[in-house]
Amino acid sequence: MAQQSVNIPIASNKQMEFEPRHNKKLCLSALLAMLVLALPNSVFAQSSNDEQITFVRLSPDQYRNSIRDIFGESIQVSGNAASGGVREAGLMAVGGRRLTLSASEVESYEVLALDIAGQVLSQSRRSTLIPCSPQNEIAIDNACASEFISTVGLHLFRRPLSENEVETYAEMAAAATSSLGDFYVGLQAALVGMMVSPDFLFRIERSVPNPELPGTRQLDAWSRASRLSFFLWDTTPNPALLEAARSGELMFEDGLNQQVGRMMTSTRIEDGLRAFFADRLAFDRFDTLDIDTTLYPKFTKNVEDEAREQTLRTISDHLLNQEADYRELFDSRQTFLTPALAALYGVPIPIRQELGGRVPWVSYEYPQDHVRVGLLGQATFLSLFSHPGASSPTLRGKAVREHLLCQTIPPPPGDVDFSLVRDTDNPDFKTVRDRLTQHRDNPTCAGCHMLMDPVGLALEVFDASGVYRTMENGAPIDTSGEWAGQEYGDIRELATLLKDDPTLTSCLVQRAYNYGTAREPTRAEVQWLNATHVQLRNDGVRWRELIQRISSNPDFYTVPDSAVEN
Amino acid sequence: MQSKNRKFTRRSLLRGAIKGSAVLMSLPVLESFLNENGTAFADGVELPPCFGSWFFGLGLTPGRWEPEVIGSGYELPEHIAALNSVRDKLNVYSGLQVFLDGKVNQNHISGAQGQMTGIVTRSAADYDESFDAIIDKQFGANVRFRTLEVACDGNASSGWTARGKNGKTPCQISPLELYRRIYGEGFIDPNQAEFTPDPEVMVRHSVLSAVTEQRQKLMNSVSVDDRSRLDEYFTSLRDVEQKLAFELERPAPLPACSIPNLNDEEIGTMVAQVQNTHRQFATLLSHALACGQTRIFHVTLGNAFSTLRLPGEPSAYHALTHEEPIDPELGFQPKCKVIGEQCMGFLAELLEAMDSIQEGDGTLLDRSVVFAFTDHGEARLHSMKNLPVFTAGSAGGRLKTGIHVAAEGDAATRVGLTVQKALGVVSNRWGTDSNEVTTPFSEVLA
Repeated sequence: MAQQSVNIPIASNKQMEFEPRHNKKLCLSALLAMLVLALPNSVFAQSSNDEQITFVRLSPDQYRNSIRDIFGESIQVSGNAASGGVREAGLMAVGGRRLTLSASEVESYEVLALDIAGQVLSQSRRSTLIPCSPQNEIAIDNACASEFISTVGLHLFRRPLSENEVETYAEMAAAATSSLGDFYVGLQAALVGMMVSPDFLFRIERSVPNPELPGTRQLDAWSRASRLSFFLWDTTPNPALLEAARSGELMFEDGLNQQVGRMMTSTRIEDGLRAFFADRLAFDRFDTLDIDTTLYPKFTKNVEDEAREQTLRTISDHLLNQEADYRELFDSRQTFLTPALAALYGVPIPIRQELGGRVPWVSYEYPQDHVRVGLLGQATFLSLFSHPGASSPTLRGKAVREHLLCQTIPPPPGDVDFSLVRDTDNPDFKTVRDRLTQHRDNPTCAGCHMLMDPVGLALEVFDASGVYRTMENGAPIDTSGEWAGQEYGDIRELATLLKDDPTLTSCLVQRAYNYGTAREPTRAEVQWLNATHVQLRNDGVRWRELIQRISSNPDFYTVPDSAVEN
Repeated sequence: MQSKNRKFTRRSLLRGAIKGSAVLMSLPVLESFLNENGTAFADGVELPPCFGSWFFGLGLTPGRWEPEVIGSGYELPEHIAALNSVRDKLNVYSGLQVFLDGKVNQNHISGAQGQMTGIVTRSAADYDESFDAIIDKQFGANVRFRTLEVACDGNASSGWTARGKNGKTPCQISPLELYRRIYGEGFIDPNQAEFTPDPEVMVRHSVLSAVTEQRQKLMNSVSVDDRSRLDEYFTSLRDVEQKLAFELERPAPLPACSIPNLNDEEIGTMVAQVQNTHRQFATLLSHALACGQTRIFHVTLGNAFSTLRLPGEPSAYHALTHEEPIDPELGFQPKCKVIGEQCMGFLAELLEAMDSIQEGDGTLLDRSVVFAFTDHGEARLHSMKNLPVFTAGSAGGRLKTGIHVAAEGDAATRVGLTVQKALGVVSNRWGTDSNEVTTPFSEVLA
C-alpha cells in the first residue's frame, strides 16, 4: 500500500498547531509512518503486563473540541450527548473520574457519531480527510481502510492503534462494505465504532512502573500527552504533542518542558483557562439558572449569556493578556461590557455598531468610587448564587467559601425552623441581615452561618440579577462586616481583605492542580503545592507561571497507588 | 465506478446504498415477544407487568394526607383528594421512615435515596443501585428501552435512579426529545402490516457488537472501582445494541398501542410549566408502555431542593417550606399545602393516563405498579418520619389495591421490597443497616 497523505483540517488560526495547512499531508503522513514503525518495539505500547489503566470521562466541551480539532470546524456537533456530570472536591473535572455513561448517553453518542461520521465521509470532504483512495469504491480495500483507521484512530484514541485494533476496525469496515456495496459507507461504520469506543469517550490513562522510583507508577507518554493537552488546551493532543509522545520525549524533563513551553505560547491556552474557570466557578449552574424575569425583567436569556461571557472575558484578559496577579481579579475595576450588561449595571458605555449581529463588547473601567468591583460584583456570581426571586447572602457566602477558598460548609441540620429568615412582612426584621441575625441565635445554625453570611451580606447591595440597590423593604442595606478579624464597610473593602487572604491563592493553586489530574492530591503533592503557593505569593500569582509549574512537575504525571489497586 | 455522495446517517444513506434490498444478517433471537411461558403475548395472553417510580419533593402537610381508615374503604383527605379518580387502584402508606443510623441527614437527599436504593450514605455523592435496576434485571432485555427517565423541571440531574454505584442516571428534560427518541427513527408500529428489517440498523448493530467485544481487554487492566464504571459503560453499550436488535424484529401486535400527539413544550420551574411538561411525559410514557417500547420508567417532578414556583412568588417551593410561616388559624403553611396538592394532581394525571389505556378487560395501570415517593415527611423540619408513600396499579393482579397501610415507624424500604416481590424479584432481603427489610407488606400482596 502506498502511503498517502492525510489531511487534518484547520479552520482557524488556533488550529494551526494541529497541522499547518500548507504541509499537513507530509507531516501527518510521516508521523503516521513513524508511529506504525515504532509500535511493535515501543516501550510505551499498550497491553504490557505491567500496565494499569484509569480513566476520566470526556466532558461535553472536550468531546466537541476534539471533534473540531481532528476533523475541522466545519463539522457540526449538534447538542450534548452526555450530561454535565457531578462536582467532586469542588470540580466537575474531578467528578469525571467517577462517571460512566448511561444507556441513554451511549445511545445519544452513537447517534452523534453517525452524524459526524456522515459529515466526515461526505464526498466533499473525502479528498481532504481520507489519506488514500480505494481501488474500487464499491468493494473492500483493506489497505486503504486500515490507513484511514490508523490515521484517524491515532487522534481519536490519543495513541496509536495496535495491529489488532486496526484489524478489528478494518473488519468492521469490510463487513459494512461487503453488505452495502460502498467502500466509504464501510469507513463510516468503522469511524462510528471508534467514536463510541471507550478509548475515545473516556480519557484512558495508562500507567507503568516508574523505574526511578520503585514502587510508584507514572503515566506513559501517550497519557502524558493527553493530560497535558486537556489541562492546557481542553482538547485532544495535537500532532506535535503526539510526536513527542511517540519519541518518548515526554518522559524526560527536557522534552516535557519543551512541549509545555511550546503549548504555553499558543493562543489555545485561553481555551484551557476558560474551561478551568467555568468549572471552578460552577458555570454548570447556568444550565438550571432560573432567575424570575417577572421580578427581574433586565435579566433576559441574552443578558445571562453575556454575563457568563463577561466573566470569562474579564478573567482571560486579566490573567493572559495583562498577565496580572490573580488576586487583583477581586478588586479590579476593569471589565468588558455589552449594552445590555451596561444597562443592568447602570453604567454608560459607548454604543458601537457591529456587523453580522455580533455582540458589541467594549472594554470598560468602573470609576474610582464605583461600588461594583471584581468578580464578586459581576452578574454571573451574583445570579448563580441567588434564589430565583431573591438574593441569598447564605448561598453567596457559601459559594465564596467553597469555590474560592476551598472550604467545606457542612449541610444544615434537620429540625430547624427557618420561617423567620424569609418573613419579609415582619416590621422588626426588614432586611435579610436582620432576619439572618435572628436565625443565627439558633446555636446549631450559628457556626456555619457565621462563616457564610457576612461575606454574602456585603453583596446584598446587588439583587438576584446583579442590579445595584441601596434599600430593602424601605430600610437601608448595611454591607459592613468582618473578615479575618478586620472590619470592612462594603464590597470594595472586603475585596481588599480577601486579596490578602492566603486561602484565596492557595485554593487557586490546589484547584488548578486537581483540575489537571482530575483527582485530589497525594500527601507528597500537597507539600509541593504548599511550596509552590508560597513562591507564587511572593513573586505574584500569575496564571501562566502557575500552569507552567504544574505541567512541568513530574508528580503531575504520577499515578497514586489508590487509583490502580486491584 | 463512482459511488454517490452517501452519508452514514441513520436512515437515508445505507438504505440508498443497497437500493432498498434486504441484507441478510445473523441476529439473536429476541425474547421480547414471548411471555414467561414462551407464548406470544399478543394472542390474548397476559401482558407483562410494568414499573414506574415517581418522585415529588418536600412531602405533604403532616396530619392532612393520611386517611383515617386503615385498610380498605378509606376516604382520601383533602390534601390528596386529587387522587380520588384512581382511589380504588391506589395504596396509601403512612407511618414510614428512613433510618439515618447516625449519619448526617443529607437534607432532601437521604430520604429519597433510602427509599430508592435501600442505603443511606454519608455523602450525597455516593449513590448506589436503585431498585428499579433490580426489577430491570428481573424483567430482562426484552424491550427497546430498558428504562426511560424524565425530569419535569428542566434539570437532567433531578432523578433518583442508578444502575450501579457510578452516579445517578441522567433524565431527559424535553418531551419533544423523548417523543423523537421513542417514535422517531427506529420505532416500528407493532400493529402495522408490513415489516422489513432496516439494513442500516443491521450495520449499526454489528458495529456496536464489535465494540462490545473489546470489553475484556480493558477490564483486565483496571482497578476495582474503575472496573465497575467500565462494566456499567459496556452494559449501556449492550443496551443500545439490544435496542437496535429489537428494531430488527417484527413486533407482536399490541392493539392498545397508538402514537400520541404532542403539544408545544415550555420547560421551566413555574408550577404551570412543570405541570405541562409532566402531562406530556405522562402521555408519552403511557403510550411507550402500551407500545412495548419499555417496561420501566422514572419521573421526577423536580430536584431534591424543589425549585417549583408559584406565579409572582419570589421563593421557590423548597424555600417556602422553610420560610413560610404556619398560619396560626389554619395550622399549616398555606402556600406549601397548595403546591403539595398540585403535585398530587400531577400524580393523578399520570395514573389517569395509564388507566385510560384499555388492554382487554383491564388497563395499562392494572398491569403496572407506580411507586410514588418523596424526600421528607415534614419538609419544613427535614423530617425523615411519616413519609407519604403511594403505590398505584396491581401489577396484573399481584398487588391488592384500595388499602391504607398504617405503619408504625417501619422502614420505608418495606414498600420497595413489596413492589419487588410483586414484580417477581426473588430476593427476600433489601436495604442496609436499619433500612434493611425482609418482610414485605403482606396485606397488599395478592
